[in-house]
Amino acid sequence: MSDFSREQVEHLAGLSRIALTSDEIDHLVSELGSIVDNVAKVSEVATADVPATSHPIPLQNVTRPDVVGELLTQEQALAGAPDAAEGRFRVSAILGEEQ
Amino acid sequence: MSTDLTRLTAAQLSEKLVSGEVSSVEATRAHLDRIDSVDGAIHAYLHVAHDAALERAAEIDSQRAAGASLGALAGVPIAVKDVLCTLDMPSTAASKILEGWIPPYDATVVARLRSAGMIPLGKTNMDEFAMGSSTEYSAYGPTRNPWDHGRIPGGSGGGSAAAVAAFEAPVALGSDTGGSIRQPASVTGTVGVKPTYGGVSRYGAIALASSLDQVGPVSRTVLDAALVHDVIGGHDPRDSTSLDEMWPSFEAAARKGQQERSLKGVRVGVVKQLGGEGFQAGVTQRFTEALALMERAGAEIVEVEAPNFEYAIAAYYLILPAEASSNLAKFDSVRFGLRVTPEGGGTVEQVMAASREAGFGPEVKRRIILGTYALSAGYYDAYYGSAQKVRTLIQRDFDAAFEKVDLLVSPSAPTTAFEFGSKTEDPLSMYLNDITTIPANLAGVPGLSLPIGLAPEDGLPVGLQVMAPAREDARLYTFGATIEALLEEGWGHPILDLLPAQPVSGEAAHIAPAPGQGTEPEGGTL
Repeated sequence: MSDFSREQVEHLAGLSRIALTSDEIDHLVSELGSIVDNVAKVSEVATADVPATSHPIPLQNVTRPDVVGELLTQEQALAGAPDAAEGRFRVSAILGEEQ
Repeated sequence: MSTDLTRLTAAQLSEKLVSGEVSSVEATRAHLDRIDSVDGAIHAYLHVAHDAALERAAEIDSQRAAGASLGALAGVPIAVKDVLCTLDMPSTAASKILEGWIPPYDATVVARLRSAGMIPLGKTNMDEFAMGSSTEYSAYGPTRNPWDHGRIPGGSGGGSAAAVAAFEAPVALGSDTGGSIRQPASVTGTVGVKPTYGGVSRYGAIALASSLDQVGPVSRTVLDAALVHDVIGGHDPRDSTSLDEMWPSFEAAARKGQQERSLKGVRVGVVKQLGGEGFQAGVTQRFTEALALMERAGAEIVEVEAPNFEYAIAAYYLILPAEASSNLAKFDSVRFGLRVTPEGGGTVEQVMAASREAGFGPEVKRRIILGTYALSAGYYDAYYGSAQKVRTLIQRDFDAAFEKVDLLVSPSAPTTAFEFGSKTEDPLSMYLNDITTIPANLAGVPGLSLPIGLAPEDGLPVGLQVMAPAREDARLYTFGATIEALLEEGWGHPILDLLPAQPVSGEAAHIAPAPGQGTEPEGGTL
């Protein structure tokens, strides 16, 4: 059984930008262990001589003419924003006090 | 009116619209009335476009009256999975983080069905961000299976499949990342197609796993799926993974199957790894009977080995979370969606973490965390890297099989519709449900599910999955329409004629969101 510690799950939650509750962390500690145990079997057949496939039907150098396409207006782009001001997205402080 | 317009297929409705026997307003109103009467119990829709649908239908009627040249499906109503962006309707992917969000653009497939004159009826329910096989992970409550309200309608596209099965729409759009079109079709007695990867544009489909997602048709007949595929398919410069090539008419392919009803010379491969142990007895029985039917129609049945399919679920549940964790990073509470500010304020990072905590459901969090783990330094090669190698091995299994046969078949799902709550306790048991459908997504090949009867033990629908080599979607339609015609010849009617008018355990709980609480911007009508 893969062991996940609470600290490890908290770290992953931080990287994922999700403020998990203590209860959620408890659940994930055991769920992640059992999921990872089951998916780890991919390494049984993934030998060095097998190339990786990132895309089922690979296309290369997909380009289009370098011209301005149909774009959203500034109003349309901001229409769904939780907060906006002076034609821009408004967010809270970027830096915390300790920074 | 003598005929119930909701019972007609899209192809039949199209004929009546063209001949003038029925107007689009009449057809649209009939479906809206049906939604009003049954969707309180079924909850296939998250949003119903009442007035907008009738207005658009009236426009199509007047264009037709003025002699305009219209597409084959002009005036035919359609339901749209909530994962697809729509200019005039909320698009939430059944997540609280996008509650009420109205996108500033249409998905290409939606734009295409609008220009074909089709009438969007509303947005259908799904598992949140298409993560799930039962719609139990929808943030707005599950959809009920029209065959038995105590059971799941499949997922993630359970809303689209249930809408079509319950005659709340003749056709619908779905999206399929690991079976989200085919498995719901299987458990609701309907038809669903996952096209070749790149065959249908993904522009405006809220991304789950970009290398696996594919949009496709949901319907009651193979011909209807083909008609919708013809409307939505083809190259889109806005999707860099869209295949820039000409596709044959899928309608013509389906009609050929309907007419010829012969499988002479067709080599059909039965995938040994997608059956047997772990499959419900009634599923195996109907599948075996379907093979006998194919043989009688002239097909040659061959058993084929796909040894690496055993690793497909493991590879999928590494690739999908990895891609999803990246794709869902866009829900940052800045440009759209929910923003939750922690008590006493906070930095943008704390606001983001609080918003994602409040806006994402449990399965979405689980997969984002798993994906973040699989992509982290030190684990990347062992997990994500290995999963990508398995993907190569699965493609090789398909290549080897398609050297021997024209098509591959399996049951679409290991079981019939399961009961609510039976798999939510253990996430792994839900994942295992996708064993039959995942290989096609990993390899990019097209797959179709169609009903082949009811399992004797529970009276619930069983689906047949048919897979073809990449770009050979037309084969699915010809073969599928042949099987469908031969089965209906034997039954004497379509399978949905058996749908109980009063479903088993008909618990008519009103589980749609309360007005103002769900995705209904104007207060809601469900």
